Amino acid sequence: MSQLVATFAPTPPGFGCPPLQLDEQSVARARTLAQHIATEVQDRLNGQSTVAIERTVLRLFGVVGATPDGEPLANHIVATLHAAGLLTAGVARPFCAAMAATGLDAQTLAQAVAQGRVDLLAHAHDRELSPETRAIGEQLAQGAVARILARRHERSRLIGHLGQGVQPLKYVIVASGNIHEDVIQARVAARQGADVIAVIRSTGQSLLDYVPEGETTEGFGGTFATQANFALMRRALDEVGTELGRYIRLCNYASGLCMPEIAAMGALERLDMMLNDALYGILFRDINMQRTLCDQRVSRRISALAGLIINTGEDNYLTTADAVDAAHTVVASTLINEALARQAGLQTAQLGLGHAMEIDPLRPDALLLEIAHAALIRHLFPGAPLKYMPPTKHMTGNIWRGHVQDALFNFVGVLTGQGIQLLGMMTEAMHTPHIHDRYLALESAQLVFAGAMGLGTELRVEPGGKLEARAQHVLQEALVLLEEIAAEGLMTSLSRGHFAEIARSPTGGRGLEGVFAKAPQYWDPTADAITAALVAEGQLEVAQ
Amino acid sequence: MSAPDPTLVRAYGDTLNDGQIMLSFSLPVPFGEEAKEAARQLCRQMGLEAPQVYHAHDLGEGFTHLVVYARSPHVVDTTQLRVTKMEIAHLSKDQTETLAAQKFTRKIRVLGACTGDDAHTVGIDAILNVKGYHGDKGLEAYHCLSVKNLGAQVSNERLLGEARQFQADVVLVSQIVTQKDCHRSNLAALVDLAEADGVRGKLLFICGGPRLSHQVALELGFDAGFGAGTLPSHVAGFIVQQLSAR
Repeated sequence: MSQLVATFAPTPPGFGCPPLQLDEQSVARARTLAQHIATEVQDRLNGQSTVAIERTVLRLFGVVGATPDGEPLANHIVATLHAAGLLTAGVARPFCAAMAATGLDAQTLAQAVAQGRVDLLAHAHDRELSPETRAIGEQLAQGAVARILARRHERSRLIGHLGQGVQPLKYVIVASGNIHEDVIQARVAARQGADVIAVIRSTGQSLLDYVPEGETTEGFGGTFATQANFALMRRALDEVGTELGRYIRLCNYASGLCMPEIAAMGALERLDMMLNDALYGILFRDINMQRTLCDQRVSRRISALAGLIINTGEDNYLTTADAVDAAHTVVASTLINEALARQAGLQTAQLGLGHAMEIDPLRPDALLLEIAHAALIRHLFPGAPLKYMPPTKHMTGNIWRGHVQDALFNFVGVLTGQGIQLLGMMTEAMHTPHIHDRYLALESAQLVFAGAMGLGTELRVEPGGKLEARAQHVLQEALVLLEEIAAEGLMTSLSRGHFAEIARSPTGGRGLEGVFAKAPQYWDPTADAITAALVAEGQLEVAQ
Repeated sequence: MSAPDPTLVRAYGDTLNDGQIMLSFSLPVPFGEEAKEAARQLCRQMGLEAPQVYHAHDLGEGFTHLVVYARSPHVVDTTQLRVTKMEIAHLSKDQTETLAAQKFTRKIRVLGACTGDDAHTVGIDAILNVKGYHGDKGLEAYHCLSVKNLGAQVSNERLLGEARQFQADVVLVSQIVTQKDCHRSNLAALVDLAEADGVRGKLLFICGGPRLSHQVALELGFDAGFGAGTLPSHVAGFIVQQLSAR
């Protein structure tokens, strides 16, 4: 087995990527710069929290459900405190103080607050954290960590017991809008060979500042991410996986304005992968950068603890920018995403960094360039699962041509040792996949993978040839960009449009009103418990 | 081979009037002879003759995928067709620039957005960004146009507000997501709002997206619609010709 490839799922004999001679000094320098960039931005944002982070604390405490008007209890409580200007010490202080005073459990208290029977604001003025309040918070936080770890161990046990698919894992989407139809589509996909089922979210969910409740049957371009939907799909995949003798992974999105809350729900419902990008929401959803950069850290710490694989979204950059001219921005962004992820405690085998270049398939040498870029990313992140995604920009409506393009991408993925292959669908950009679109995509991938599985470690790249020169060139360009970002800081860079040709300002975009500076007495026992657990698991070196 | 009769047009496989049709679909019927027979009967109900199941695949969970070939006896009289299409010449970028230089003394202001919940900016970006699409320069590259791209998830209210502020001549709306026809209701709502604001007649309203056509756009109250395969020069040429005709 090639050492480049991760151990998160088995690798068939010969699976790997042809060796590439890169300037190792450039690689090391690029990584150092990315770490520097990540540290600078984290240091700047350490003193801030967000309404989403505070709602996550309540969800980890076990608060679920909504008011009769449909407002989640977590939202109601945090919004009430925020509106009164009393959130700066964190939601945990008044909430746990009220628990101590009333003797109610977390869920009952949340309901009582929503019904107006307990005034939380009355508990928000205490300067001192009483030992009793502290003990309640710590106990709730440890309970949350224990539940997350229990789901993580359950996953390990199931994979050990059932077995799992080999790399590249075949990843397909379901997106009917109705979770019950999604379940049928997902079960069929598993029977046709899918290893990962991603439930695409309804368009616009990333901009909702709350997580909807319950099982949902209406959505646009996808299905709402709710805790009830997560649980329903998890049960269905466990059931079909048990029958097939293969653990089927479940993927959703910890992104948008509720990034950390959804990460917590995913951790509690044993999701296995989460789309989670530090920059994506800023660039493509115009979410405020301070909001996302704070939220991503908490969401990634939870995912780290849950043993989830995160998938980043660089594969989308080149839908807007030119795929060849801007290839280096993808490389630079994956390095920054990696650095931010490692600071949150994510391990190499959890880094499903996403990439793929949307090069016009009719461009001469298009395939050569795709292989060069894919091999470069593979060499930059040895041991990381890496998620490879076929282009959607060049789907024309000619489904036959689209099917061939997807097959070629499957070939590039297996040839360069990518861990997770997102399977393109012939009807992509036309409609959300029909039951047979998915089957045909899986059949095609199986055919290509079976035939080409061992090529990566057999073939050699011409030293100094076009392919190697291209990889080196893109790396060099990425290095120049990283030097620039390191010099001016990530937030300034984002405001200058370095990524995807989109410029965002530090005080622009959605969700800034939910960002606040932490008061000196700020307290979040879940953060402390998660840090302690990550250190105990060996995922963080020192308590931060 | 005799020349095709335009009043009696049938589907064509390899022989004139053979009526050959291919279908590919799935049925919620367990794999087996019953699924194949169900597929054949369905085809006959569609008016197809001699349906042949070339391929049937067990999808599991009680579903079967089928590929069927059949003969369609139906005919279309192509001399009687009435199609709404854009009655405007396709100009190159240079031709459009020349026409604009003759007709206008200022730049034409074009405001673009992807509206509603739709978060897919690929289409609007391909039309507006300098680089364009398939070697065809985007509207931002046109000297005669001043372009502002609002990006994704813009509400209709905000779009019209921005149009006022930008003093737009043209509003370009992209809609990619079409589940449950949300694109139609969203576009129709924009026209209603523009009418209520009294700006509908003052601006050129254009929509685009893979599932849109000129005909649908006109039905929804737009001035034009562009579907799959549209290049930026199609849109730019239309804008300049349409505004010079006004």
